[in-house]
Amino acid sequence: MSMNRRTVVKAIAAGGALIGAGVMMPRAAMAAWAESAFKADKQDAAMNALLGSTDTAESAEVTLKAPDIAENGAVVPVTVRTKMANVESISIFVENNPNPLVAEFKIPAGTEADVSTRLRMGKTSKVTAVVKADGKLYSAAKEVKVTIGGCGG
Amino acid sequence: MAKKILKVKAKASGDRTKVKMMAKHIMESGQRKDKKTGELIPAKFLQELKVEHGGKVVFEASLGTAVSKNPYIAFNFAGGAKGDELVLTWKENTGASATETVKVK
Repeated sequence: MSMNRRTVVKAIAAGGALIGAGVMMPRAAMAAWAESAFKADKQDAAMNALLGSTDTAESAEVTLKAPDIAENGAVVPVTVRTKMANVESISIFVENNPNPLVAEFKIPAGTEADVSTRLRMGKTSKVTAVVKADGKLYSAAKEVKVTIGGCGG
Repeated sequence: MAKKILKVKAKASGDRTKVKMMAKHIMESGQRKDKKTGELIPAKFLQELKVEHGGKVVFEASLGTAVSKNPYIAFNFAGGAKGDELVLTWKENTGASATETVKVK
């Protein structure tokens, strides 16, 4: 009986410690969400707001994997990968979406510049991946045809 | 603690760890209309996602409304071993946020 009580007390103490750790997590330290870039309705404006420039160089070293034809615009699988060194971020734009910026991924040192995700496309559009490496912008683009848009409702 | 929304598979292989995550989230874009009332459904989507390993940030994502429902993101990072803990923090545009942990397999 006394053993049971002991385990229970221990469990409560451990649980309390866990909750405490959760509260102390530095939430404020998270990077600010680039609101102006995500709200922009033109690709150039979004790029400017996010990366400070629209001056991207098409590069064969940036690989953008996306389907030629997306039957369902609500789920378009996309992979961006590059072998470049010092990659800082990867961002994905869909030109004809109401808000062209889809997502931005920060790549800290030690993380491979190889990210897969799934995105929504309202209609047929050019998909552009922009890689920021060594302070410069490199891009790859691909036209993806959409049969059924993913933004309707 | 809030219900977990992230489903994560993290697997160490060689000198790197592959992470595949899927969040159970509607990712409401704020551009859809309610069919009955004709009013816009307010946006509700994940804005930020951060992954830490051993106190170091290994991945950080800012997401917009054009990310699919139940977002899936995969990436790899150097290091990590079986049994290591990954700390994932997410934040919604509504201000809601939570931290979840997962073990590397």
